[in-house]
Amino acid sequence: MATHAPTHAPAGHGHHGEVKPLWYWWKRAIVGTMVGTVFAFAVMFFFRWAFGFDELYKGQPYAAAIATFASLGFVIGIGNFDWWWRYLRGKHVDYEDHSLHGARTFRDYFRVNTDHKVIGVQYLLVVLFFFVLGGIFAMLVRWELAAPGHTIADGETYNGYFSVHATLMIFLFVIPAFAGLANYILPIMIGAKDMAFPRLNALSLWLLIPAGVMLSVSPLFGAFSSGWTAYPPLALQGTTGQTLFNVGVQFAGASSIATALNFLVSIATMRAPGMTVWRMPLLVWANATTSVLVVFGTPFIAGSQFMTMFDRIAGTNFFNAGQGGDVVMYQHVFWFYSHPAVYIMILPGFGIISEVIATFSRKPLFGYRALAFSTVAIAVLGFGVWAHHMYVSGMADWLRVPMMITTIIIAVPTGVKVFSWLGTIWNGKLHLKTPMVWALGFISTFVIGGLSGVFLGTLPIDIQLHDTYFIVAHIHYVFFGGSVFTIFAGIYYWFPKMTGRMYNEKLGLVHFWLTWIGFNATFFPMHWLGIQGMPRRVADYDPRFADLNLFISLASLGMVAGTAVFFYNFIYSWARGPRAPWNPWRSRTMEWLVSSPPSLFNFDAQPQVVGGPYQYGIPGARHAVVFAGEEIGGGELTETERRTILVVASETVASATLLDEIRERAHEGVWRFTFVVPAEGREHRAAERRMQLALAVLAAEGVDASGTVTDGSPILAVQRVLAEEPAQEIMIATYPTGTSRWMAQDVIDRIRKISDLAVTRVVVTPDDARRPVTSDAVRQVAVIANDTLGSRGLLQAIQERADERPLNAVVLCPLSLDGPGWTDEAERVRQEAAERARVTIGQLERAGIPVRGEVIDRGPVEAARIARDDFAADVVLVCSFRGRDHADDVLPGVERAAGGAEVEHVVVDAEAPTAPAGS
Amino acid sequence: MRRHAPALALLMLVIGGLTAAVVLLIDWFPIQAAEQAERIDHLMWYLVISSGAIYVIVISVLLYSVWRFRAKPGDESDGPPNHGNTSLEVAWTVLPAILLGVMAVWAYLVVDRNEALAADREVIEVTAWQFAWEFRYPEAGVTSGDLRVPVGRQIDLQMRSVDVIHDLWVPEWRVKHDVVPGMTNRLIVNPTRVGTYPLICMELCGVGHAAMRSRAIVMEPDDYEAWLRNAQREVREEPTPPPAERGRGEDADGGVPPPPPAITDEPDQPVIPPTGPGSAGE
Repeated sequence: MATHAPTHAPAGHGHHGEVKPLWYWWKRAIVGTMVGTVFAFAVMFFFRWAFGFDELYKGQPYAAAIATFASLGFVIGIGNFDWWWRYLRGKHVDYEDHSLHGARTFRDYFRVNTDHKVIGVQYLLVVLFFFVLGGIFAMLVRWELAAPGHTIADGETYNGYFSVHATLMIFLFVIPAFAGLANYILPIMIGAKDMAFPRLNALSLWLLIPAGVMLSVSPLFGAFSSGWTAYPPLALQGTTGQTLFNVGVQFAGASSIATALNFLVSIATMRAPGMTVWRMPLLVWANATTSVLVVFGTPFIAGSQFMTMFDRIAGTNFFNAGQGGDVVMYQHVFWFYSHPAVYIMILPGFGIISEVIATFSRKPLFGYRALAFSTVAIAVLGFGVWAHHMYVSGMADWLRVPMMITTIIIAVPTGVKVFSWLGTIWNGKLHLKTPMVWALGFISTFVIGGLSGVFLGTLPIDIQLHDTYFIVAHIHYVFFGGSVFTIFAGIYYWFPKMTGRMYNEKLGLVHFWLTWIGFNATFFPMHWLGIQGMPRRVADYDPRFADLNLFISLASLGMVAGTAVFFYNFIYSWARGPRAPWNPWRSRTMEWLVSSPPSLFNFDAQPQVVGGPYQYGIPGARHAVVFAGEEIGGGELTETERRTILVVASETVASATLLDEIRERAHEGVWRFTFVVPAEGREHRAAERRMQLALAVLAAEGVDASGTVTDGSPILAVQRVLAEEPAQEIMIATYPTGTSRWMAQDVIDRIRKISDLAVTRVVVTPDDARRPVTSDAVRQVAVIANDTLGSRGLLQAIQERADERPLNAVVLCPLSLDGPGWTDEAERVRQEAAERARVTIGQLERAGIPVRGEVIDRGPVEAARIARDDFAADVVLVCSFRGRDHADDVLPGVERAAGGAEVEHVVVDAEAPTAPAGS
Repeated sequence: MRRHAPALALLMLVIGGLTAAVVLLIDWFPIQAAEQAERIDHLMWYLVISSGAIYVIVISVLLYSVWRFRAKPGDESDGPPNHGNTSLEVAWTVLPAILLGVMAVWAYLVVDRNEALAADREVIEVTAWQFAWEFRYPEAGVTSGDLRVPVGRQIDLQMRSVDVIHDLWVPEWRVKHDVVPGMTNRLIVNPTRVGTYPLICMELCGVGHAAMRSRAIVMEPDDYEAWLRNAQREVREEPTPPPAERGRGEDADGGVPPPPPAITDEPDQPVIPPTGPGSAGE
């Protein structure tokens, strides 16, 4: 899997704190969870004992306390509070400590991380996991409903299925999926280095995990079976599952509130210079608005669940009708959050759709301000409509008509949005890439959900349709056809940015069509079922609905198939997809002005916003520009205008000195390197090999480099390359003056003259030019040979392997001396062998293959051990002449001694040794 | 726009035809068995037609754009930089608002009429518990597991729950109301059609929710009287105490919410003990 290996980190953002291994944090998390459990048990026991309760052990109070404190223990143990704890104790804290920032390997995704990009990916992985889990519960629901009567579950278990399905999908998928996407994209979109509160951001993510676990495991402890709305008094009857819901929602809600505050502060204070509110992309508008809804609304559901929980564990009577509680009050408090929650689950989706539609229509958004205002209008009105869920609940009758009026007023801004999107695609240049297809699919399904919403908002119609399958159809047209479609549009749209890889377009479309057809076939018939009289939330139903329910259950498999295609595409493309460019969609917003994936702190230099975000079709219009610092020449930074350094080098091209110099320049983040290797009449192939090795080393480190080998002098070569591709700087690597032929020919001044560019010289000593470079991209190949040294066959064998993949060769010559090593005879054998080895080494050097050599007194097996231990060989070549070898005796021993290295036997045909020409 | 109009209009006709077929060929509504049902269905048709029209417009424009404005392969140019059109935007804000305004007034009138109390109405007390219904005819002193009502007379259901929230619905009547513990909820219906209809609990009430069904039997007035007299006689022969005898809430007239019933010292104990899993989550 690709990771966010930053290609560079701007100065001043080094890692300060010690980076601890992954296992350390998880060990702490496990200990924290256990300590929390024991602590909760002890406190509860002490409390009940001290106050003289009759029942010392009573299930639900203990369950509530343990769920709460074990979760807190986990969150503390995994390390969210370490920095704050040091701060609270007055210890020295490093405000610039970025040791928890960024991901270098995939392991960094499994610990507390303060990088908004890593958190965004963590969010997406967590929510996709719960999407699958919630989907499994949905399939259990459809299985049960495939036939009337009890199919797989009794009433209680079935009630658990749909309750957990809804809860996971709402609290662990849709809401945090938007938080995750925005976490990744939004700070870059506003030109910031990170969110305002990175540590709080990490905490938001980790609070979600205990919430998800609590809600998921509730079926194991006496299902949570009162529906996601959890109306008392039914909710007061539930068992441990219900308690886990009460507590789990608190954690999910706390996570939501923390993220929302973070977004609000980030958007308010961290926008790049020039980004006025009317230059904010609509995703930013949407998230700002949604965050306000979350901050104001979520405390209400927290309150409603706390009151329910206290009724259940502490004997309060908030909602206990028999004891003076008010049942309808719960519904008011609950819906005062949960109706705005509907907008929390769709407004960010509207933002995503606006981005996607503008980009792929190549047109400015039709009525940008109307779209922004309608977002705000929906949010404000959203707080005045909650009781439309309660037309038949027994609340005050007079409240119904005002609520109906506010509800249908909301339909107006929602309609404005849909019409504005249509106005945007009209007359555009539509590119039907996967994100766009999802966006258009979203319009086709969401319009049905919106219109059925008007039915439900209309009081007398709702009296008929309330609590029927019509509601199930409506909620899925809004949440699946609405929110989930926008989430997929967003995932495909930003996949290249987040992973640095392109997804597979064909599979994306297959995913869409399977889902779209499966979705409509599943949920459209439910409208009819509802009007005809099938109640929601029933395990059994009137047999006259049997055929249609079976059809629906089968149709839902289409969505399962689509999701499977999605996950295949997602995982395969992330690991193996083609590399993504900076801006594959030619979009205008700021996240596309940085590399894919972006560097550790997103921007190489401060971006400047100079116009609106959707100025397509206006010549010369820009949304933002990023200017490089003066020290690297100023000028605007974009991928197409990424600056090029020509690197001119011949025998020195793969030297550590030159590569170090290139690495240092690459850390500035804006350079690409074009190698120019003049062969100057000598062997072309050798120059090619040296260059390929250098390119492989740089590619493995994420440096953007390419190159060509040319015939003729360096001056001609530079001229030819500059004619095709402009460059901003030239770097020339030579041997020291005196040794260097190029310096004698005054090459540097001549190139400076013909190119009129800045030329820097890198001096490489001959020793350094010969010394092999160590890198993961270069194989270490040990050549164990004695008689065959110097033969053409051996040389060819090594060259072939070097052409497959760059390698460093180590020539090891085992003498297999029988007698003592100090005799004259031994010395003579040694000298001869060394001479042969020198021949091969010289040949390899001339062939452009870095090589070292050693003569060993002992046998091939010992040589293999040395290859492994001293040279970390990846491949061991055992060479012998055809016919006169005893390789079969030796090979097993060599294989054992070589450890994990690959052992190959190279058979060379006997011939006259080539003329010695080595140094 | 002008050159697109004929093709777009044709597409709208096709999609409009398909939508109309879905609306007209499928039998969407259950039979109407009450005055309330007729009024609600009229409003429903208004909604179906106006939202159908909006749906057809949206989908036609969407499909037409996908077909007509798709970029040619290799076309990297941008569309016209059109930022909006004020009159069009005003139109698509105001027109739906007018449609919705009409709907709101109509909906108010429907509800007002549907809930208007007749001077002469049959009061029936409904008691719901996990997971059964009981209907009591206070004047006759009769109880029944089915809701039997006379046709052509307004029925006034006074509903109470002894445990959790239930909800009484007869799809053919188009009326529904929650039955909330601690309150007396009222449901008004004027049955117009003799027959037997399902009476369904619509609010999730626990493990037996799906099975909490009964029948609404609408009878000719004579048959109804006969049944009532017959049942009365049976009660006199072997008197059984009515279940869940508790203080009745005052009648609530108009839009004023009824005050919660006085809480008696006697705990709310249903005659049939709750069969749910565990009684109080402990």
